[in-house]
Amino acid sequence: MLYIFCPHCGLRSQNEFAYGGDATVKRPELNKEISDQEWNNFVYLRKSPRGKHLELWHHISGCRQWIKVERDTSTHEIFKTYKADELTE
Amino acid sequence: MQKYSVFSLIKNAFSDHQNWEVAWKDPTPKKEYDVIIIGGGGHGLATAYYLAKEHNITNVAIIEKGWIGGGNVGRNTTIIRSNYMHDDNALFSEFGMDLWRKMSQDLNYNVMFSPRGIINLAHSDAQMNAYSRRGNSMRLNGIDAVLLNREEVQKRIPMADFSDNVRFPIFGGLMQPSAGTARHDAVAWGYARQADSMGVDIIQNCEVTGFDVNNGKIVGVRTSRGDIKAKKVGLCVAGSTNILAEMLNMTLPIETHLLQACVSEPVKPLLDHVVTFGAGHFYCSQSDKGEMVMGGDLDGYNSYSQRGNLPTLQHVLTEGIAMFPFLSKLKMLRTWGGIMDMSMDGSPIIDKTHIDGLYLNCGWCYGGFKATPASGWTFAHTIAQDRVHELNSGYSLNRFNTGDLIDEKGLGTKTWIS
Repeated sequence: MLYIFCPHCGLRSQNEFAYGGDATVKRPELNKEISDQEWNNFVYLRKSPRGKHLELWHHISGCRQWIKVERDTSTHEIFKTYKADELTE
Repeated sequence: MQKYSVFSLIKNAFSDHQNWEVAWKDPTPKKEYDVIIIGGGGHGLATAYYLAKEHNITNVAIIEKGWIGGGNVGRNTTIIRSNYMHDDNALFSEFGMDLWRKMSQDLNYNVMFSPRGIINLAHSDAQMNAYSRRGNSMRLNGIDAVLLNREEVQKRIPMADFSDNVRFPIFGGLMQPSAGTARHDAVAWGYARQADSMGVDIIQNCEVTGFDVNNGKIVGVRTSRGDIKAKKVGLCVAGSTNILAEMLNMTLPIETHLLQACVSEPVKPLLDHVVTFGAGHFYCSQSDKGEMVMGGDLDGYNSYSQRGNLPTLQHVLTEGIAMFPFLSKLKMLRTWGGIMDMSMDGSPIIDKTHIDGLYLNCGWCYGGFKATPASGWTFAHTIAQDRVHELNSGYSLNRFNTGDLIDEKGLGTKTWIS
């Protein structure tokens, strides 16, 4: 069981959260000419690192806010959590 | 190589089975090979075997970080099937079914292939319609499919919950009678033994630490046991694909996720088929030892840990008990996890890359084991001929860019959407 510190609610069990994937992926800017390759990079390509991974979680059975979690993908250690709009280190 | 037969068994019984030849050698890596396969799992071993058998390329090394049979080939739930709707998947898998049927003879190794049939349960009229469509597509591609109604399912698996007051009543199911299971370790050992006998070097405990690329062409591999030169290199490393891709400055449409499986204590034979729950993600079969072999959902977040987390296992077994109530009386014997290379459309990739001489085989998601022979066969062809075979032409790396996705179930890594 993972225990995730929600910046809004405090420490909660994994059961309250839904996973939202890699948080470092950036959507191409609106109102700009975007190539197929850029869309491909955004929609499909993922680094999926072994080690530190910044990812989105949705506190769906809690405050329903999206948060960012920095977690190790091989040990599951959670280093830090952020609000969705908070800048990460 | 010593041929395995009833006569060799009897002969060796007289010497207390002390004089069997080793199944494969433990060579030190040579300075150079024609082809290096990275990853000594089922797919890597099969690739090396078919390179030697079909293409006469025997100056081949398989480099494995761990040991043969220690990865996903020894961690799966041994299910073999070709019940796919889309042509690319259906034709590829059905080609594989043919290789499965011949495998024990071909490898001179009993892989205990047991075509006991798979039943996908349906729990609504809409699901019956969807299965009817899938079944028809399968039959058009020459794959056996039978649509079963509720009574026909009940005859085959009477222990499923057919009571009136259930959340997901069984409406019927789609059966592929020729699907089944095989002994997964035997598949790895059989391929390893044959590949070794034809001159392939199986190098275990050897980790790849880097690649030598010169002018867009692969020239060799750096490993924990020294640098090895190679004209061609094939990646067959499942959940570790992204780690190697990073060394090559490649980003792939793959995420690594953890999939758990478990077995119960052994009980007397009661389940003749492989059965999947249609209202969730759960599948079950009974091993020859009597254990119920079960699996289901991914843990749901990126993971390289090779061990599972309890909430997912609980969720999966809740589905199991909804389907087969008797499972609640059984004790769990073992649970384990393996790391899956989840592709973004749920279908695999067997292709060339932008680096000359570097070939990619990944993205097997939930279905790596059943694809072992077909994957090895087509990957060997792709490497030997430097071009994809018709059977794996749909499994291109570029399909995400061009929009030619093979979204068999609309599933990929995004389990949070499904």
